[in-house]
Amino acid sequence: MEKEFMKGCEAVAEAAVRAGCRFFAGYPITPQNQVPEYLAHRLPEVGGVFIQGESEVASINMVYGASYGGTRSLISSSSCGMSLMSETIGWAISAEMPIVLFNFQRGGPGIGDIGPSQQDYFQATKAHANGGGRMLVYSPASLQEAVDIVYESFEIAESYRSPVYILMDGITGGMMESVELPEMRPEDYIAEKKAAIKKEWGLGGKQGRIGRTIMGGDFSGIPLQTLNQKLEKKYLKMEENETRCELYLTEDAEWIVTAYGIGARFAKAAVNRLRADGIKAGLVRPISLYPFPFEAYDALDYTKVKGVVSAEMSIPPQFITDVKLAVKERAPICIYNTSGGVILDSIEIEKMVREMAGKEA
Amino acid sequence: MKTVYKKPACLGVRKRNSFCPGCMHSIASRLVAEVLEEMDLVDNSVMIAGIGCGGNASFGYIDMDVGKAPHGRACALASAYKRCNPDELVFTYQGDGDLAAIGFAETMHAANRGENFSVIFINNALYGMTGGQLAPTTLEGMVTTTSPAGRGNNGEGYPMNVCELINCFKAPAYIARGTCTDPKNVRKTKEYIRKAFQNQLDGKGFSIVEIVSACPSDWHMSPKQCIDFINEKMLPEYPLGEFRSR
Repeated sequence: MEKEFMKGCEAVAEAAVRAGCRFFAGYPITPQNQVPEYLAHRLPEVGGVFIQGESEVASINMVYGASYGGTRSLISSSSCGMSLMSETIGWAISAEMPIVLFNFQRGGPGIGDIGPSQQDYFQATKAHANGGGRMLVYSPASLQEAVDIVYESFEIAESYRSPVYILMDGITGGMMESVELPEMRPEDYIAEKKAAIKKEWGLGGKQGRIGRTIMGGDFSGIPLQTLNQKLEKKYLKMEENETRCELYLTEDAEWIVTAYGIGARFAKAAVNRLRADGIKAGLVRPISLYPFPFEAYDALDYTKVKGVVSAEMSIPPQFITDVKLAVKERAPICIYNTSGGVILDSIEIEKMVREMAGKEA
Repeated sequence: MKTVYKKPACLGVRKRNSFCPGCMHSIASRLVAEVLEEMDLVDNSVMIAGIGCGGNASFGYIDMDVGKAPHGRACALASAYKRCNPDELVFTYQGDGDLAAIGFAETMHAANRGENFSVIFINNALYGMTGGQLAPTTLEGMVTTTSPAGRGNNGEGYPMNVCELINCFKAPAYIARGTCTDPKNVRKTKEYIRKAFQNQLDGKGFSIVEIVSACPSDWHMSPKQCIDFINEKMLPEYPLGEFRSR
């Protein structure tokens, strides 16, 4: 297929439509307004439904309600907007609803600012809501990767019956890159998927069977522990099968830079410059943040690795928590972090590696 | 012998009535079940149930597909569900705390958009399931566990009249308030529910039926005293009838 030069928000919105998304609700918030603006005209063109909710709370509940009937449903917001959705995200995890969520991160805490950040790492991967539920979290580093993940996420969400959370940021939403868009899923395929959900577990009128109740919890008299044990089995299956990570020039690496999402773009630039200067640097870039690709860090040759630089756009750092668990003190770790709209500087990453290398020498 | 009345076949199949004696949820649920069955809609309907007695106790009592909503959000879920499944009958079943306090925004905006689903709204002037706290619909001077001096004496404001508020919007198609204190009113309320569902089938848009109801447990009254309280205190604040019928 031909490549198109597209803006991030519009590219991922179009990828969702092509994946079969037929319902979107959202509330305006910078830096992701081009998602609802695009879908407001695009969804009706394909027979889908767009509603601008009266709040983030209403919007996520609309998306949740649409998913009860098997319609592929998407929500998009940014940081503080995601906080408002927290309760219903918990319901969606508990009720096992295959919704897809976009978060274009901005600064925080609180309203923060509208600059790009990576300050929602804990919220996205560890504490979306009360009760300790989990869902798949992916963080793409380019528009092509974002488009591919979005396209796939609707299938993954349905196969696991789990929400899928795509953690992006203000840069990804606003930048333009050339992307190859995937094929449009045929209408009969989308209709078949919806019908299958209605038949297997969704709502649609009981049609002669016993009525179903879907809810985010369990008041049926069966101990809630039984539901949580079932959910835990699913989380373990995700951890076994759904980790994704890019390893770049790590085979002979003495210096590892690790970063995720858009932050990894700057990290890769630093690695390339270090390599050009003969310093054996490599990049570990988790693509799935939950489940975290611990095995990618285990696969490093720690007889060669002398140090790790962990880079992220969050003060205090959050991603570092998983990096430390993954590296398991097999190498010293330095942290480079910025926050609140201050983006990572690849020269700073490079300097940090050079300093570590200098000390080593 | 001729059968003049029987319990709807969809009632009490999955779960038995778990309402307190004298609670009007049992009558309201039965009316919904009767109308669904008489209109042959049970198999093709989805209830979006709220939180509290209005949702917890009613779902499963009518054997039908039910999607439970987070507290207050039923009208948001129903808006989306109905738009994505226009051939199914969709209604919410909500209490006053759920619909008029935490869910006020969702209710008002769904009404103002003219969403084509129906709302069954049980107004018993307090939060029943959590033990009788102040609701937006609590009457002036009424003592609840969180308005011990009586509503209005500690900055609680005045009762909120949901039908009257919704009647300010252009979009809604049908707005009615009934009660279940006697057979005449039960029959009238049933007709309101039937009209609300028929309006939806006819694509007319948002319909709401408020049912002024009793909560004997939290009102600390006998069922008979509750009926007197509704007639003497509730109905002057919440007058019955059709506010709008398009």
